[in-house]
Amino acid sequence: MNTIVESRPVASEITLLRIAAPKIARKHRAGQFVMVRVAEVGERIPLTIADSDPEAGTITIVVQAVGKTTEMLTSLGVGDEILDLAGPLGTPSEVEDFGTVIVVGGGVGTAVSYPTAVALSKAGNSVISIIGGRSQENLFFEDELAAVSTELHVCTDDGSAGRRGLVTDALADVLAATTVDRVLCAGPVVMMEAVAEVTRPYDVPTVASLNPIMVDGTGMCGGCRVSVDGTNYFACLDGPDFDAHLVDFPLLAQRNRAYVDFEAKRREAMQPCAAVSVDVEAAT
Amino acid sequence: MSERTRRERMKLDPVEMPERSADSRRTDFGEVNEGYTAELAMAEAERCLFCARPTCVEGCPVGVDIVNFVHRVEAGEFEEAAAVISADNSLPAVCGRVCPQETQCEGACGLAKKGKAIHIGHLERFVADYARDHDHAPAPVPSPTGKRVAIVGSGPSGIACASDLVGLGHEVTVFEALHEVGGVLAYGIPEFRLPKSIVAAEMDQLRARGVRFETNAVIGMVDTVDDLLSVEGYDAVFIGVGAGLPRFLNVPGENLIGVFSASEFLTRVNLMRAYVEDSDTALIEVEGKAVVVFGAGNTAMDAARTAVRLDAASVTIAYRRSREEMPARTEELDHAEAEGVRFETLVGPVELHGDDDGRLTGVMLQKMILGEPDADGRRSPVPVPEQIREIPVDVAIVAIGNTPNPLLLRATPDLEQSKWGTVVVDHDTGQTSKPGVFAGGDIVTGGATVILAMGAGRRAAAAIGEFLGSSAELEEELL
Repeated sequence: MNTIVESRPVASEITLLRIAAPKIARKHRAGQFVMVRVAEVGERIPLTIADSDPEAGTITIVVQAVGKTTEMLTSLGVGDEILDLAGPLGTPSEVEDFGTVIVVGGGVGTAVSYPTAVALSKAGNSVISIIGGRSQENLFFEDELAAVSTELHVCTDDGSAGRRGLVTDALADVLAATTVDRVLCAGPVVMMEAVAEVTRPYDVPTVASLNPIMVDGTGMCGGCRVSVDGTNYFACLDGPDFDAHLVDFPLLAQRNRAYVDFEAKRREAMQPCAAVSVDVEAAT
Repeated sequence: MSERTRRERMKLDPVEMPERSADSRRTDFGEVNEGYTAELAMAEAERCLFCARPTCVEGCPVGVDIVNFVHRVEAGEFEEAAAVISADNSLPAVCGRVCPQETQCEGACGLAKKGKAIHIGHLERFVADYARDHDHAPAPVPSPTGKRVAIVGSGPSGIACASDLVGLGHEVTVFEALHEVGGVLAYGIPEFRLPKSIVAAEMDQLRARGVRFETNAVIGMVDTVDDLLSVEGYDAVFIGVGAGLPRFLNVPGENLIGVFSASEFLTRVNLMRAYVEDSDTALIEVEGKAVVVFGAGNTAMDAARTAVRLDAASVTIAYRRSREEMPARTEELDHAEAEGVRFETLVGPVELHGDDDGRLTGVMLQKMILGEPDADGRRSPVPVPEQIREIPVDVAIVAIGNTPNPLLLRATPDLEQSKWGTVVVDHDTGQTSKPGVFAGGDIVTGGATVILAMGAGRRAAAAIGEFLGSSAELEEELL
């Protein structure tokens, strides 16, 4: 069950895993995720399904090693099995022919925006992709995105690939030059919040794929509640996509920091010598 | 049966359940009740008057032949007693521990008026544990009918339904969304009240009888109910997915860090074992903290007593009504109180406050008085104007009930639902608006009890049995 059929690094500390999961592959729609557990005492974490192949019966997830569970996942090799894999979960992204859409992916969020870019392209949209990372070594899926996009903008903090700057810089330029019908973004909370602010003056419908902490992923615990236009929603059931102009991003950022201390301790316990850097937002 | 007369029996004092001292048990998750010995069980059974009209049986939602099994216990025939219970109850070791006996069998006992009702729950628990410890053989299954039933949800209703259907010779597969089977028995009810090993043993009995379990199967998202019927070839489907969507207070500050649904708090602790040192599942710091639980049902008590065991500095139950209206089992209230849980009644939370990091620091409690009875006959709490005060709180747990989880129902649009999102069924059969599809438990009733869900699962199993029987006859005719 859940056998890994491919495992390869796609960027620094980011690994792509292709997993035999025929039923999930058959049902998957862009925007959905799986819940994963790798050990008997392990936690359940949500990971977006980056790609699926119904014929081969596989799904792809892209994992950034940021905590104990993600580190264990990235250390698995071909032939290894994932203990528990449940999905597809979440409401699929809205996909129709909107016209021209911009898909923004920041960091490992590119794995979230990629399947939606593919689906939007298939639906007839003209897709403009923007991806960003700290440095060239943090980027991935450039070729894959280029294949489904009319334009691909690459941004890095240090200018080692594409333009030096943030995804929002590229986004602002595209919006100034082109009529855009919809924007979709996935990545760190601060990035999604910034994207929403850039698109707001243009009044472009903007969707963010949110990444709150989850336990069960099926609506049972309510830990993933997010506030959208003042109303609470469960991201696992009603999302993860929400209207970015109405999401309370500061609240999401705050709630995602709930277990920072615990995460740091866990990772320290696992790798006593390694430098500890915790980025709770990168897990999804 | 001993030769004691009815009069003599009535004079005997109830045999209380031996339990660990509050001081000892509040430091770990070990079971609180220690269980009867054979001698204690027989002594308790000896008090039964064997009424000509056994009202206790009428009080049991699944109609266990209580008089018969108690009679066997008195005679020391524990295996036989187990067989009597098993005929009507698929999870006796669980029900003996979690049923609200005082409002069911024991409440209906002829001795209840004198406050000396037979401890039927304790006896049931003893018999079930005895049978398990003595490798009581699983009930036999008849030759296969060739009919296949899919059960969605491995909680009490699904398990009871599965048990009866496999007993009719049908092939049964139980689908569970989580990685562990048992539903609320696994994620909700804590170890100290219902040890996981007890649940595991009950599941093993079902496996031994041929029931298949598929975990991580989120029906509605992976296979739909229609897929189960048309693609996977099941002849009938039972939906027992529970009321798995937590209700929140809907007051300001509810999204602060440190505010949880009871489901999240208990899931992290029970299912994910967050209380174990090497668990990877995070839990908010409870040790040395002030914890408040909103609500006063069994789940609220479970959450409060879990917080006690995680070494909270204080644990307070805040409830809008008075002690009398608290819906939890009497034993849970008594145990919680003995373990140091403080009961603050006639208060309702109106606002939660936090610090600059968004962490909970306090709750504003509104004083209430009891007004007119509501639709349920319970007196409704009414706010007393200008009587609001703040208490310091680090962790708040919301245990005010659950609503039906829409996940499966959204994927089954042709299933008739009530305005509350529950599935509409025929009460006697569990038949839904969709042919071949039955439902029972909390997804039909809204949040209720283990035993009521089991009763619904059993009624549905009987109806599914008839449905499959008649469809088999129909197929034969067509051939």
